[in-house]
Amino acid sequence: MSKLWFDVAHLLAGGMLVLSFALLYQDRIAAVINVFALQAVALSLSVAWQALVQGAPHLMVTAAIALIVKGFVIPTALHHIIRRMQIHREVEEVIGSGLTMLTGLGLVALSILLVQPVGEVSIYVREDLAFALAVILLGLLMMITRRNAVTQVVGFMSLENGLVLAATGAKGMPLVVEISVAFSILIAFIVFGIFVFRIRERFDTVDVRALDRFRGERRDVS
Amino acid sequence: MPGIDLPAATGLWCVPGFLCLAGVAAAVGQRKLATPLIYGGSLALALVALGAALTCFLQPGPPWTLALPIGLPGIGARFRVDALSAFFLVVVNLGAAITSLYALGYGRHEEAPARVLPFYAAFLAGMNLVIFADDAFTYLLAWEFMSLASWAIVLARHRDPANSRAAFLYLVMASFGTLCLLLGFGLLAGPAGGYAFETIRRVSHTPFAATLAVVLALLGAGSKAGLVPLHVWLPLAHPAAPSHVSALLSGVMTKVGVYGFTRIVLDLAGPPNPWFGLTVLTLGGITAAIGVLYALMQHDLKRLLAYHTVENIGIIFIGLGLALAFRANGIKVAAALALTAALFHVFNHSVFKSLLFFGAGAVLTAAGERDMERLGGLIHRMPQTTVAFLIGCAAISALPPLNGFVSEWLTFQAILVSPDLPQWGLKLTVPAAGALLALSAALAAACFVKAFGVTFLGRPRSAAAKAAMEVDTFSLTAMFLLAAICFLAGVLPGFVIDALSPLTAMLTGGTMPHQAALPWMSIAPIAESRSSYNGLIILTFLIASGSVTAMAIHRFATRATRRSAIWDCGFPLDAPQTQYGSASFSMPIRRVFGTVVFSVFERVDMPRPGELRAGSFRMRIIDPAWRLAYGPIARGVASISLILNQLQFLTIRRYLTLVVCTLIALLLLVATWR
Repeated sequence: MSKLWFDVAHLLAGGMLVLSFALLYQDRIAAVINVFALQAVALSLSVAWQALVQGAPHLMVTAAIALIVKGFVIPTALHHIIRRMQIHREVEEVIGSGLTMLTGLGLVALSILLVQPVGEVSIYVREDLAFALAVILLGLLMMITRRNAVTQVVGFMSLENGLVLAATGAKGMPLVVEISVAFSILIAFIVFGIFVFRIRERFDTVDVRALDRFRGERRDVS
Repeated sequence: MPGIDLPAATGLWCVPGFLCLAGVAAAVGQRKLATPLIYGGSLALALVALGAALTCFLQPGPPWTLALPIGLPGIGARFRVDALSAFFLVVVNLGAAITSLYALGYGRHEEAPARVLPFYAAFLAGMNLVIFADDAFTYLLAWEFMSLASWAIVLARHRDPANSRAAFLYLVMASFGTLCLLLGFGLLAGPAGGYAFETIRRVSHTPFAATLAVVLALLGAGSKAGLVPLHVWLPLAHPAAPSHVSALLSGVMTKVGVYGFTRIVLDLAGPPNPWFGLTVLTLGGITAAIGVLYALMQHDLKRLLAYHTVENIGIIFIGLGLALAFRANGIKVAAALALTAALFHVFNHSVFKSLLFFGAGAVLTAAGERDMERLGGLIHRMPQTTVAFLIGCAAISALPPLNGFVSEWLTFQAILVSPDLPQWGLKLTVPAAGALLALSAALAAACFVKAFGVTFLGRPRSAAAKAAMEVDTFSLTAMFLLAAICFLAGVLPGFVIDALSPLTAMLTGGTMPHQAALPWMSIAPIAESRSSYNGLIILTFLIASGSVTAMAIHRFATRATRRSAIWDCGFPLDAPQTQYGSASFSMPIRRVFGTVVFSVFERVDMPRPGELRAGSFRMRIIDPAWRLAYGPIARGVASISLILNQLQFLTIRRYLTLVVCTLIALLLLVATWR
């Protein structure tokens, strides 16, 4: 197989990583959702490319699921939610965005370091795995640096994007697994959605600090 | 030879039998008929299992194995009967059968039989299954099943807070033991996960893994058997159960612990290191001495017996330690001798400890009292129980011609071979362990003089003891059966030793000389020129001298009755409480060992002359195991939990951060490890 194929694959995966950083950096909720949709599109392109390269048509289904569910359905729903809650204009306070970006860089370095020994098996798989691991770790980082429930949900789904990338890049994932993962994500999304609405109903805000206050915890805890 | 397929399979079928019985008991436990039904069923099943086990034991042949396709994938549930398991099956089922017979009478007094019956049958099933198991998974499953079933019986009288505390302590120690065994089997199975005992036996273990596995087996099986300092639960939990179950716990379940240790260390862990023997021997010696010293201090009859179990476990472990040391040095005959002594003592202890617990149960039924300070004079009210209990006391005090003497004598014979050992550490330790063994044998005699004397002799110390009645026929039959076994095994020990020889050949590679060939039923551990013992001659001598003395007294002594005042130590008080009691008996020994072994706390409050209040004497004895071993652990756990308590009140995001940080730390570890 020519090297060009892998370069394209790496370009798409790298695009996802860049979008992960963009997610970390955004402080408007609407923009966060848009970037997430973009990342999902990049994911579906990447998966579709893998389907072409590996000659595995079932990966096309995976790509389609990613594009439709994560690229359109979930972002639209999220936009709907934040508009109904009137928080679409809100600027979310991100803790030390510079520090977060630096930590993110560290995590990317860590993932490259981690997949080093995989290179002995196949150098192409190694790069893909490094990208996927970095996307996962950045998703986690996003979940712990955000205070808004909606952006935490987005962080979680971006993490899942990384999982799908890892699975398809390496060897191709059975369709059943992909469908079940997609379903579980959808269910998680519904649960999160209900959760967010409940918080909103109770506390008039989706800032999770309200929950801490409700538990009677120390005020200084962020 | 017909082989042992049929009896072994019959024995294994008894396990589902017991389980069915447990199910029936759970269904009909409330009915009045349930007690005789369940105990009768257990008796029948245990007799079948005993017959099967005896057939397997007396017919040396290739081991019987069976693999069922349940349990761990690829391994299944494996069962095996070889000489070792057949021997322990005999011990377990003999105890189970006679206990069921006793319980036919004793169980009638149970207040809540539905709390005991189902677990009783399940407990018997569990003990049998542990010994049948031939892979680590089945073994641990059966082991835990046995622990839980016995725990439920200990908890049967849960309204008493002391009992529920004892049960909790037992549960904690049992979990600890199982954890140790789990880790030990994991080490033996290795990374390949060969959990079948057959695989473990075949693979050669690294010295490090073998040593660690032996230590873990010592902790795991030792906590079940009651090795010091893992014994603390035993004197609390064993007396808490109904007396017939106490007999099973003390007489039989501790032996299942010994089986576990023997199986792992002598069979599975490969060739032993001489230092294993040293460790086991030292622990055994300490256990024997501490156990009997604490037994001597007790005034609760059942707790005294439970502490005394600790001593006997010590004696058994001395034998096992010697067997390990001799085997490691290739002295096969001595190893066989030491192992025979240990296993013979396993059998003996299961017999006389059950007998004594039955006696204590009979006293409890008759007088409603376990505290010796409130008993006394029962010889007049319960003559038959007294005779059976006396035989048990004589046997456990190692008096010839009963069985306890033979096994302790054999242990001493093994100790006397110790100069053959090449290691100086062992040369020096073995005599020390021998001295501890001698000390504990002497103190055991003192202990049972006290137990028997205070309980059965003298005048009754309470109204209940005065009104005691002899117990029912089932209980008496069970006690006399055990007494007869004590007697037979003591007078004719050669047969037992010969029956054990295929077992010692399997585990140590050596056998003791064939005993049946010796004239007059003598036994000679190594050679007749060195030392030998003949129970028959001793018995004849005892009978002859006893009858001659009796005849002489009857012939020459006066028959005139002479009445005079009894000796009252200068205090002419008529109260039975002024008799020499349990605390008075143990006082000299308490004073001698008081500061060193017992943390004795005594306070005498003496009124001044002219003051009219009553004087008082308070005494408290704390097991040093609590202070030295468990106190620091408890304090450590408490302080760690105090620190970790703060973690309980974090925000969701902080928890998430903790998780992520842990993940990143682990990833960093992986990245930097290579």
